[in-house]
Amino acid sequence: MLIRPFGWNEFLIIVMAAQWTIALSAIAFAGGGVGGLLIALARVSDARWPRLLATGFIRIFQGTPLLMQLFLVFFGMNILGFAINPWIAAAVALTLHASAFLGEIWRGCIEAIPPGQREAATALGLRYVNRMRYIILPQASRIAVAPTVGFLVQLIKGTSLAAIIGFTELTRQGQIINNATFSPFMVFGTVAAVYFVLCWPLSLLARRMEVKFSRSTTR
Amino acid sequence: MTEAKANATVAAVRGTSDLAVHMEGVNKWYGAFHALNNVNLEVSRGERIVICGPSGSGKSTLIRCINQLEVIQQGRIVVDNHDLTAGGKNVDLVRQETGMVFQSFNLFPHMTVLENCTLAPMKVRGISKVEAEKTARRFLERVRIPEQAEKYPAQLSGGQQQRVAIARALCMNPKIMLFDEPTSALDPEMVKEVLDTMIDLAKEGMTMLCVTHEMGFARQVADRVIFMDRGEILEMGPPDTFFDNPKNERLKNFLGQIS
Repeated sequence: MLIRPFGWNEFLIIVMAAQWTIALSAIAFAGGGVGGLLIALARVSDARWPRLLATGFIRIFQGTPLLMQLFLVFFGMNILGFAINPWIAAAVALTLHASAFLGEIWRGCIEAIPPGQREAATALGLRYVNRMRYIILPQASRIAVAPTVGFLVQLIKGTSLAAIIGFTELTRQGQIINNATFSPFMVFGTVAAVYFVLCWPLSLLARRMEVKFSRSTTR
Repeated sequence: MTEAKANATVAAVRGTSDLAVHMEGVNKWYGAFHALNNVNLEVSRGERIVICGPSGSGKSTLIRCINQLEVIQQGRIVVDNHDLTAGGKNVDLVRQETGMVFQSFNLFPHMTVLENCTLAPMKVRGISKVEAEKTARRFLERVRIPEQAEKYPAQLSGGQQQRVAIARALCMNPKIMLFDEPTSALDPEMVKEVLDTMIDLAKEGMTMLCVTHEMGFARQVADRVIFMDRGEILEMGPPDTFFDNPKNERLKNFLGQIS
């Protein structure tokens, strides 16, 4: 068996694999956005059961490694009779993971809005849905932008674990190329550099929004 | 005054009672703390009530029960013939008919003054935007800040913010106004502009319940002054007897301390 050298071609293959990392991140982020909003609303609900269920969901996903979550969804789907499909398993697991974390982040943002805002809206006769829609969520979302982008960075890096269940994204592509070229430092250096190029601008953006927010929160 | 007359006619046509607020045997606890202790109070339409007392005496809790920002554990509250204790739709109706002004203004910081004033009329009453803005500008004129309509709350002084809060409440065309220490968070030089707005409102015949430490205001506009301590109403009466001839020992003490 021939060992091929790590060249321009191999480099491009790795860089191109970033599209699957981006696609998986985007799906998990979009799904987690919807799930996270539901979890956050359930967490601040006046009703006991939604609150308890959402808390349990968050505790489970915060208290277990992402890799185990991927394994459980991947093998669990098989037990439930679905064909093994790394794409669906990775998307479902990361969506659930993102829902839990975004739910907890956004709960904090909702609770950071002074109770007087809810009281004033209530006193004006606005009911729950309108209070949330026009008063609480618009204010909470301003605080939420920076930590949400911060979590997106975590999520992008987290997708690398999907390589272990055989989902061919950036990291998995690196492993494949490494098996052929046997120059791990070059290969994984390239992989790391691509992650960095994806994540660093987002980190900068998050920090900048944090500064902007802290300036604009004077009430 | 015409508004008061119109209200009176409506009440007569409906055959409703003259009471704006009726509280009967109201009790409330926060854990072991007895926040309201067997409170009985009847407020007639058009009446101006001032409630005073030391901090923690239950005066804020009392008026917050009237629009059910606080839920009571015992007793009965009827506001404008809607029995709050019966729950359900009554709570929504009562909230639509009572305006509330808070110590900390509680304007919506992400909306302009005009948007603050038009949101509830549009979303709760279903009034068109054009109509709601017309009403809002009229009330902003009445609280003497029409030129601030496009600004955000953070760009206004405390006194201006509180006047916007009053205008915002009035835009819902409430029958009862609740004031929860409206001047306590203001710098001294801004207290007067807010009190003047409240005095105007009182002259127009609005039913008002005000928690305040402004005794000058109480003397000038109140029909009755109430003294509360430890969740109980201890004394209640017209301002002159209340201030000049108080009977309750704790009230005498209290008046001695604040004057």
